[in-house]
Amino acid sequence: MKARVTVTLRPGILDPQGKAIEGALKSLGVGGIASVRQGKVFDIEIDGADKARAEAALKEAAEKLLANTVIENYRIEVTG
Amino acid sequence: MKSAVLVFPGINRERDMARTLRLVSGGEPAMVWHAETALPAGTDLVVIPGGFSYGDYLRCGAIAARAPIMDAVRAHAARGGLVLAVCNGFQIACEAGLLPGVLMRNAALKFICRDIFLKVERSDTPFTRGYNAGQVIKVPTAHGEGNYTADADTIARLEGEGRVAFRYTAPDGRLDPQWNVNGSSNAIAGILNERGNVLGLMPHPENHVEASIGSTDGRGLFAGLTQHFDKAA
Repeated sequence: MKARVTVTLRPGILDPQGKAIEGALKSLGVGGIASVRQGKVFDIEIDGADKARAEAALKEAAEKLLANTVIENYRIEVTG
Repeated sequence: MKSAVLVFPGINRERDMARTLRLVSGGEPAMVWHAETALPAGTDLVVIPGGFSYGDYLRCGAIAARAPIMDAVRAHAARGGLVLAVCNGFQIACEAGLLPGVLMRNAALKFICRDIFLKVERSDTPFTRGYNAGQVIKVPTAHGEGNYTADADTIARLEGEGRVAFRYTAPDGRLDPQWNVNGSSNAIAGILNERGNVLGLMPHPENHVEASIGSTDGRGLFAGLTQHFDKAA
């Protein structure tokens, strides 16, 4: 099974990298960009075919390592 | 004082730290590899030095914080043992849950490598007893992610409980946004845990302990720690 964990900064946490990217897009003349916040994507291959077990393992991975929940939120998707 | 310096892959300040501990305390520090599961018997002080553990992959300090030795460090801290965490060590200590908050990318997005000024907020801790409260010291800093951030409740608690040990200031001790080099909340450069036995500090006092370098302002931290244990012994 394939899965994806997306980690993003919590709302309200200052994101200087996102701000820099936003500024670069504006200076490139890309129109209509109001704001940018950046994050991380982890593409993960899961052993076996048990979706519930996969979700539990991904939640553990996100909580223990992939995200720092002080400043980050995460989203888990098992894509089959 | 029996000290132990942790060594992770990618750490590069462990020898500076060991040299300073040897020079100031007179004792030979133990170098402890991250894959160990125990600290040397009788360790008084654990030092988590600076560098770029695991290449700063994922988040600064995130992978080192999950290393086998860190369970022993948490147990040492829980027993009241002292932990000094400098630079990447501060990031590792936050990721390991030894200290609250997080060190974000510097507000100006630049790696800062120069001398800065720190105000010592209090002198009644084992880490700061070698200084006077309010004293300003000049020490080097070298980091890209030193912008201390925590939620408003945590910052209020740190301030209310006197757990901000060092703050970035102008040379005369004045708070000035221009001298808060990385944009840290409340110009916080160093904090203590609730019990006061874990210090996280972004700049490098271990690099200002010899007159030949041009400043010995960092010496007080290590001299104070040494005195703390000499008195206790």
